[in-house]
Amino acid sequence: MELYNSPLDTKEIFGRWLDEHAESNYGAYIPFVGTIRAEDGIEALSFDIYEPVLQKWFDDWQKRAKAIGAVVKMAHSIGDVPVHTSSYVSAVFSPKRRVALELIDEFVEDFKANAPIWKYDVKDGERIYAADRSTPMDGAGVLS
Amino acid sequence: MIQVEFLGPIAKAPIEMEAATLADVSQKLKEDSTLTQWLDKCAVALNDTMVNDLSTALKDGDRVSILPPVCGG
Repeated sequence: MELYNSPLDTKEIFGRWLDEHAESNYGAYIPFVGTIRAEDGIEALSFDIYEPVLQKWFDDWQKRAKAIGAVVKMAHSIGDVPVHTSSYVSAVFSPKRRVALELIDEFVEDFKANAPIWKYDVKDGERIYAADRSTPMDGAGVLS
Repeated sequence: MIQVEFLGPIAKAPIEMEAATLADVSQKLKEDSTLTQWLDKCAVALNDTMVNDLSTALKDGDRVSILPPVCGG
């Protein structure tokens, strides 16, 4: 797992991951890129991350992938990320494409639901929590 | 004493309290009107491990984190 205080250099990251596994004999490599869209007058999105829980979440996914012979990767930005740049990339390597296609779907969807990352719109330099696009994590409401 | 910290957009300083279980934490946080809009939507971590049982026992020095709704990517 890689965290950056900047937009992601997607080509460098994907190229490096590809090189790392050049001789691992994986038949499928499926990258996913999240790009900040220009909408609702935003200049950027901004992110807070709680790294200790994110690392545990990612470690659990690595174990789950390993059990089916696959590898998961991810990188995310902290702080402001301007429109038309990337804040999130992930990827799956696996021996066969079917496993990789299914795993990238589950991995990205669970990332959206349970990775401890908070998103803010940046408008006129102000950070506004994206409450209406955010999802309570599994187990939410236990204290209520 | 245990410490309760509020993550992301909650924008509240950490607080310390006496609590034997997560239920005690729940009871005390419900008394804070600034948290009313948050508690039903927040998940909880104990020393960075997610927990979802109010009977979870707490010990001196434990750190409880309150995690509001997320949206990575």
